[in-house]
Amino acid sequence: MSHALAALRKDALLQWRTRGRFVAVFVFGATALLLFSFAIGPNAGALRQHAAGFLWLALLLASTLALGDSVHGEMEHRALEGLVLLPASPVGLYYGKALANWAQLAVLGIALVPFMVVLYDAPLGRALALAGLILLGTAGLSAPGTLYAAMTVQVRGNQTLLPLLLFPLVVPVLLAAVNATSLIMTGDPMDQLRSWTLLLLCFDLIYASLCGLLFGRVVES
Amino acid sequence: MATAALDGRPTSETNTPYLIAGAGVALLLVGSYWGLARAPRETYMGDVQRIMYVHVPTAWNAMLAFTFAFGCAVASLLRGGYRWDTRLEAAMEVGVVLSSLLCIQGAIWAKPTWGVWWDWDPRLTTTAVLVLAFSGIIALRSFVDDPARRAVWSAVAAIVAYVDVPIVYFSVKWWNSLHQMQSSPETVSGAFHWPLRINAFGILFLMWGLIALRARIAALRLERQLAPPEAAR
Repeated sequence: MSHALAALRKDALLQWRTRGRFVAVFVFGATALLLFSFAIGPNAGALRQHAAGFLWLALLLASTLALGDSVHGEMEHRALEGLVLLPASPVGLYYGKALANWAQLAVLGIALVPFMVVLYDAPLGRALALAGLILLGTAGLSAPGTLYAAMTVQVRGNQTLLPLLLFPLVVPVLLAAVNATSLIMTGDPMDQLRSWTLLLLCFDLIYASLCGLLFGRVVES
Repeated sequence: MATAALDGRPTSETNTPYLIAGAGVALLLVGSYWGLARAPRETYMGDVQRIMYVHVPTAWNAMLAFTFAFGCAVASLLRGGYRWDTRLEAAMEVGVVLSSLLCIQGAIWAKPTWGVWWDWDPRLTTTAVLVLAFSGIIALRSFVDDPARRAVWSAVAAIVAYVDVPIVYFSVKWWNSLHQMQSSPETVSGAFHWPLRINAFGILFLMWGLIALRARIAALRLERQLAPPEAAR
């Protein structure tokens, strides 16, 4: 637990000190949101209908940059190897890093919401519920993303490999998050929000425990 | 001639995998002939239904290949060494080939039946996700030069991808469903059973032989990679 907190503190501090990178990732996400609208055309109704999907796609694309970047620093001067030799618990390292990535992606998601509202004229719905859902959805991206980023950052072609491994895996996150976001924004007459949120929560719990369990093997190999 | 030792055991060079794959091809030929020429025409779908005799056995065996890959991944992490890693590589590749064939066969069946080549049905989508997820792991293997890292990372990724399958299935099922319910011996006429069963065993034997042969190739490549350079011998 103390190792996880120390790793979280270290990663949060690193993210704060390199906040320029976060701004770049945010601009990338906002650019993606802008570009998606060109695929639909100026039809206001269609744009509003696809707003939730575009928000999560922009977040997913931007997350690959943020996740890769979060582990890249550990590779310089073999810092990760040094941490493992300290010895710091790999499980603690994973949870610290995954939590820091989660916080970063959640802030990114919440920061992209006003752009979505402005660009697509989307109704905001219940803002607090939307923020809660972004927290759940970004946890689902961060849990497997941190594990895969730790693997792919160490090989050539990592910019291709991370999305290649992560995107098929997070299909349930994307489906649940998009549907739940739509329901929050446009209303939920059939009471489906609970099911999608539950699915997202199950995915988060399964992947947070499974990836925590396997992370040690990845960094120790 | 036995090749250099891998995990302390010689790489098998028996003809058994060829015989198993050959038996699979023979069964597949018999089953396909039965399904195409001797089995009765289905009342509602007509001749289009005959693709079931390869489609359903391909689906069963593709899932079996990925389940075997998952077992190999767990064994590789628990026991170490390269024996299970070579099997994992083989099972993933054969699983991806079978699942890709499954998608193609499904599309050929779907066009005349549903009117579209593809639909976002749980089974189709889950199969497509499986193909992409395991293709990603095969790509990862080709990017990692260190055999020990490659073995651990691909085992970890294979476990994570396999655990994802039921979650993808249920998420897509909630989202949309068009695929017909699973048939059982009670809902399928006896006239359709035999070609289906013969082809299921045909593909099973073919898959078994191919996995064994592919694992042998992986082991030989690994031996060559791990062997000391000529000058050091």
